[in-house]
Amino acid sequence: MADARTMDIKDQPGFRTIAVICLLVLYVPVLILMIFSLNSGSLVTHWEGVTLNWYGSALLNEEFHSAAKNTLIISVTATIVSTICATLAAIGMTRVKPWRGLAAAFMVINLPLMVPEIITAVATLSFFALIAGTFGLNFGIGNLILAHTVFCIPFAYMPVRARLEDMDLTLEYAAADLYATPWNAFRRITLPLLVPGVMSGAALAFIVSFDDFTITQLVAGPGQTTLPLYIWNQIRRPMTPEINAISTILLMVSILFVSISFLIARRRAK
Amino acid sequence: MTIATLSPTAPSQVTPSKAALFEARAVKAGARRNRLLSLPALVIIGIFGVLPLIIICVYSFLVAAPYGGVQWQFSTDAYLNFLFQRDIFDDTLQFTPDFLIIYLRSFLFAVVTTVICLLLGFPTAYFMATRPPAQRNWWVLLITIPFWSNLLVRTLAIMFIIRDEGLINDALLALGVIDKPITMLYTNFAIQLGLLYAFLPFMVLPLYSSLEKLDFRLIEAACDLYATRRQVLWRVIIPLSKPGIIAGCLLVFIPALGAYVTPLILGGGVHLMIGDLIAQQFGSGRNWPLGCAQALILMAAVLVALFFYVRNTSGKVQHG
Repeated sequence: MADARTMDIKDQPGFRTIAVICLLVLYVPVLILMIFSLNSGSLVTHWEGVTLNWYGSALLNEEFHSAAKNTLIISVTATIVSTICATLAAIGMTRVKPWRGLAAAFMVINLPLMVPEIITAVATLSFFALIAGTFGLNFGIGNLILAHTVFCIPFAYMPVRARLEDMDLTLEYAAADLYATPWNAFRRITLPLLVPGVMSGAALAFIVSFDDFTITQLVAGPGQTTLPLYIWNQIRRPMTPEINAISTILLMVSILFVSISFLIARRRAK
Repeated sequence: MTIATLSPTAPSQVTPSKAALFEARAVKAGARRNRLLSLPALVIIGIFGVLPLIIICVYSFLVAAPYGGVQWQFSTDAYLNFLFQRDIFDDTLQFTPDFLIIYLRSFLFAVVTTVICLLLGFPTAYFMATRPPAQRNWWVLLITIPFWSNLLVRTLAIMFIIRDEGLINDALLALGVIDKPITMLYTNFAIQLGLLYAFLPFMVLPLYSSLEKLDFRLIEAACDLYATRRQVLWRVIIPLSKPGIIAGCLLVFIPALGAYVTPLILGGGVHLMIGDLIAQQFGSGRNWPLGCAQALILMAAVLVALFFYVRNTSGKVQHG
């Protein structure tokens, strides 16, 4: 039992205050941004009253529609492809007999996390410019999907790997012992146990793709505006609270998917 | 040898024939754990992630085409241009530290960001780790949400507050503290604030996962030996959480050094960091080889940081 005395010993003076300050620093600006999306005045910072009109005008905006459509096409495809690839890779690379190049393969999978985004962005831009120039190949919006898939893979990979590392291998042996074929053992035992990891990974992959700005901005061709790019275009015009409304929608999507991923992971920990 | 022998839970006290059978089945079950399964991911990252990096290495040794892109002609001008500028009249190289200054500025920004994030993040992470489990989960969720939230939107939120017509200036004007707005947006202060705001969660989370595993009986032991709270902090807690501190600093330092969105929005194109400088060469600058060279110099800096990390952490493992 942790009694009151040990709790007391662990405390350090002032740490609570700093923790609360950190939370305030992280949340107050975002909350203000959200509150002003309800502002009935047309200025981003002068409060005049409550309205939902800006959400209405944002949702009716044609440009917003096409940006939302592009974003969904890119993120959903990138999420599906990266989650499948990452799951397969995690199965092939976690708790297996070490194979030659395993360490190198692990580095390759995690490479997109180590390279600063701006470098990935200009490298991907150069790559697509080169294949367009040399072979006349242009995948259109596929360029963005491929670029997103690359940086989504490590995010989808990590939770699946963590799940595999925690998994009780004797269950697989038991299945094999009971004459399950390898495929059956995988489908009936391993896969169901992996599902939470895969879902958590997919949620993270979706968020990073949905929110990406740097790589998208440099790689996107004409007509390939995504929601973050749409916001960026709006910043450079006279701003109305419509931009707050769109920002709030984006934040809500992030919060929703983080919470999903978090809750799945927490249930696993219990 | 086989998966069964690698597993600590595999039975060792069965008869040889049964053990052999068990192992054979386990191997069969493990056969689907094929290395080929990692191929799709490796191929995609290989072609669209690694190959592009190789291409910019090549591009950095080429000549810029007049309207963007490159001409296939070997040249080291991109690297020379990083430090020197060729005089138009007598063709001599003159030392021009403009780019170097931007790199040093970015380095300074990243260092200050890392230090302040550590000073704020460590107490926060420690406070979180010492909460009862139920409360702890809430704290982690509250820090995790900004970690994954849209950076562009979060930077925008800062911009709204520090603008000339922003909340801070409005409040100060209304209170009569100032007569005219204080210019905060598009200054070094704005960039520094934005970086801190962006990367604070990147410091807290790795610190927390390290502090969470701390053996708190050691603190009791230290207290029993008449250590003061301050001594406990400096001689027990901080040394034990060193891996977390290093990981957190790296997770803040690397993205802060290559930051692009923050200086783009809060620096307004006046105060550049490395990220904007690189992007500029691919946009209005129309000098792709120079941009590639700048990107590779940034990459070298990141590799140096990673090298320190690997050396520090692998040393840790050897000491047990």
